[in-house]
Amino acid sequence: MSYIKPKFRHPNLPTNRLGYTVADYDGAVSTLCAGCGHDSISAAIRNACFASALEPHRIAKISGIGCSSKMPTYFLGKSHGFNSVHGRMPSVATGASLANRDLTYVGVSGDGDTASIGMGQFIHLIRRNLNMTYIVANNGCYGLTKGQDSATADLGSVSKAGDANPFDGIDLASLAILQGASFVGRSFSGDKTQLEPLIRAAMAHKGFAFIDVVSPCVTFNNHAGSTKSYSETRDHLDVMPLDFVPMREEIRTQYAEGTTQSVTLHDGSVIHLHKADTSYRSDDRKSAMHAVQTAEDEGRILTGLLYLDPDSQDLHQNIQLASRPLNELGKDELCPGSKVLNSINEGLR
Amino acid sequence: MKQIKGVNDFVVKFANVNGTGSASANHLFAKAIFRMGIPVSPRNIFPSNIQGLPTWYEVRVSSKGYLGRRGGVDMMVCVNPQSMEQDVASVEPGGYFLYDNTKPLAQHLKRGDISYFGVPLTEMCMREFPVPRLQQLLKNMVYVGAMAALLDINFSILKDLLNDQFKGKEKLISSNVHALEMGYQYATETFKCPLPIRLEQGGNVAPHILESEHILMNGNTAAALGAIYGGATVAAWYPITPSTSVVDAFSKYAKRMRIDAGTGKKNFAIVQAEDELAAMGMVVGAGWNGARAFTATSGPGLSLMSEFLGLAYFAEVPVVLINVQRSGPSTGMPTRSQQSDILAGAYASHGDTKQVLLFPATPRECFEMTVQAFDLADRLQTPIIMMSDLDLGMNDWMSPPLEWDDTYEMDRGKVLNAEELDKAETWGRYLDVDGDGICYRTLPGAHPSKGAYFTRGSSKNEMAVYSELGEDYVQNVDRLLRKFDTAKSYVPRPKTHPPIEVKKPKTDLKLGALFFGTSASPSYEAVEILATEGYSINTMRIRAFPFHESLDQFIHDHDVVFVIEQNRDGQMRQLIMNECQIAPSKLTSVLNYSGTPITARAIAGKIRETLSTQPENVVPLHPETA
Repeated sequence: MSYIKPKFRHPNLPTNRLGYTVADYDGAVSTLCAGCGHDSISAAIRNACFASALEPHRIAKISGIGCSSKMPTYFLGKSHGFNSVHGRMPSVATGASLANRDLTYVGVSGDGDTASIGMGQFIHLIRRNLNMTYIVANNGCYGLTKGQDSATADLGSVSKAGDANPFDGIDLASLAILQGASFVGRSFSGDKTQLEPLIRAAMAHKGFAFIDVVSPCVTFNNHAGSTKSYSETRDHLDVMPLDFVPMREEIRTQYAEGTTQSVTLHDGSVIHLHKADTSYRSDDRKSAMHAVQTAEDEGRILTGLLYLDPDSQDLHQNIQLASRPLNELGKDELCPGSKVLNSINEGLR
Repeated sequence: MKQIKGVNDFVVKFANVNGTGSASANHLFAKAIFRMGIPVSPRNIFPSNIQGLPTWYEVRVSSKGYLGRRGGVDMMVCVNPQSMEQDVASVEPGGYFLYDNTKPLAQHLKRGDISYFGVPLTEMCMREFPVPRLQQLLKNMVYVGAMAALLDINFSILKDLLNDQFKGKEKLISSNVHALEMGYQYATETFKCPLPIRLEQGGNVAPHILESEHILMNGNTAAALGAIYGGATVAAWYPITPSTSVVDAFSKYAKRMRIDAGTGKKNFAIVQAEDELAAMGMVVGAGWNGARAFTATSGPGLSLMSEFLGLAYFAEVPVVLINVQRSGPSTGMPTRSQQSDILAGAYASHGDTKQVLLFPATPRECFEMTVQAFDLADRLQTPIIMMSDLDLGMNDWMSPPLEWDDTYEMDRGKVLNAEELDKAETWGRYLDVDGDGICYRTLPGAHPSKGAYFTRGSSKNEMAVYSELGEDYVQNVDRLLRKFDTAKSYVPRPKTHPPIEVKKPKTDLKLGALFFGTSASPSYEAVEILATEGYSINTMRIRAFPFHESLDQFIHDHDVVFVIEQNRDGQMRQLIMNECQIAPSKLTSVLNYSGTPITARAIAGKIRETLSTQPENVVPLHPETA
């Protein structure tokens, strides 16, 4: 890690469609440990927003508590952020989204924040299909309190203190698919070629987009015996690459028949998925569950876009919310006035 | 036997079985009296149960317009064998007891000092109505009919009310009217009607009652209307008695008044959350993002929301919470009223927190204070907790009509838009530019390059940058205290009234009484009772926390100050001791925490008792030392 972030930028840095350089999506200097997987995720989010040419100020970053939840400080410095309460990011994001449906919401959480204290809110967030991207930086341990097992730690994984975890871990991606999340991905913080397009796709998806990112903790969970160390994760990855082609761009690449599935999102963007198993359809929940389960049984960590329902109806649609953001409404739209009140009085006599 | 007498001045209590449709019949009874222009205050005293347990409905009729509970029962209408023994016992000597005499009254239930009125309710309904469910429901109408004859209720008003209630369901109207008539006829033929306690339309009603066209409404509905008129767009909640009807009513009105004319879509969002933690989280998220958002809850929910209340206090997010208090701790008696969340509200959350509280005493104040709560939340950038209770929230209160000033403008507080951000030379989220502790905030998405900041529960400096420096922390929490002080000039002031003149004072001590919320009405009545006995007591009704300076002064100006409230520990007294520069020994608690609302007689009794045993070491204040 570095304490100083250079302000100097190459004058010829490439710009995106809006004229922003990637530096316009930077945040403050990270205070996480050197080599922390989370910093790679921050970089991937930054790069994804740059590549998709999102306006930084139209993005809101929301997090809970933990190492993961500190991350929003380290990307998108021109966006508002809210580091809320442990395990409660989903409710804060829900309220924020209800107030202004026009912003892009990025939630960052961790395995403790989501799979333990925040499990209830996480499940209900899925149920409501809030239009947001929800990233879990999953390292299987509590970093800020020095390495206790989290609820996603695998059975038998050895902690830094030397104890084998006696409990089965919770697989958040499987859980999200089962619960009906409309977009579920899994990736590895060390695989930016997959993670970046996955985040771009998630942000383009209208509905709840969940990405579980295995993100090793270099300080407390990167030793022999840990199943979430860099080397263990790399050794067991089963990567399904993907390309994200935004609506405005032409499709140029050609893919071999049978191994590629293309999914069009509501905004016209296209995701191309490349899979070894041609029978697996990522828009079919049962098929997705089967693929994830099979990989797990064989000791592989399947990564990529696991499941997607491109036609999902999000919370705003489901509760028939008007298109104008609620926080823009004023007295004229909201206050019925004295005549109406008088008629209410009349009805109470 | 000397029978109780009184025109437009008595207490009737109905003893029913929960879930038998008695509530709507009893409500009809109360509403008819209200329509006759006679002050009435009905109270539902009900169990935490859907069907089968005893439930009571107490109706006070008071020509003077006292709306609090008086204490005592003049007439009991008992249709519940389960509770008959205690119901018989609770009638005042000289009172009246109406019961279903389909089965004869047990010998031990006969008292020599009350009058009995047997009406064969069950038998009449079995004979007259074929359907079992109707037999049960209409039994209630038969006794209302009998009561109409006994008390001289205007029968055509009863019929009008039924017509309103069952508009379009003619069959229901005719069977209900028939049941009413059966009861009425039976009573006129069997008893000497009316009784010495009776109603008289246009009778001896206090002039101030006649001044306005009153309405009959509960505080929860009024608060919901306050949220509509105050511009709330986001309601996130979790069902909990007795607050549930706040959001139910908000939903009802919003569906009528907040539908976008062009698209038919909603200009409001209601989310039933998974729990109170999430409900408050949503309100915090929406408030942070510039919507007027609220939740409604009661004790246990307040506890669950406390973590978020601390965050909202520290992160300075506008939040409105309507807390309808009930008996605690834990789930306590969820359908019984108390004022027992005072301390839990005032200091809600961990660390150093102080929350702004509002104490409505009437449905009209529920309406006005809810509107004000949204303005205060935006102005002060902090949670505003309106402390109602079950008695106020769920019972119908006679109230002057709600009023609305069409020139009202929302106070959205210090929020900088893009234009203002461009003009500002420097901006820091926590810079106290105006010296009132309130800083300028910005909303997400407002400006492409200015005004973005990171909101956090952790400590920060004035520029909203993470900081664990002690001086930054101290500066921040001291500023929050300054802001709390500023709040004093925005929150509703306490109410005082000119003292009642007493001809032959029994004591030369200066007496004062402090109260708030639903303790107010019976307290005012108790003060009037005591004035007739030679005790002159000045009153102050507290309407908000932080306390206004005049509260300190009021306590200084009196030798003995009674603090009247509905909890065991004298929580308001404790809060005053904590926050005011006063001698705690001056404050004497007058308490009720049985779950049923405090009565005027109980308050007067306790004050009388205290004054008769007042220790001699209380030296009266003299003008020169006061």
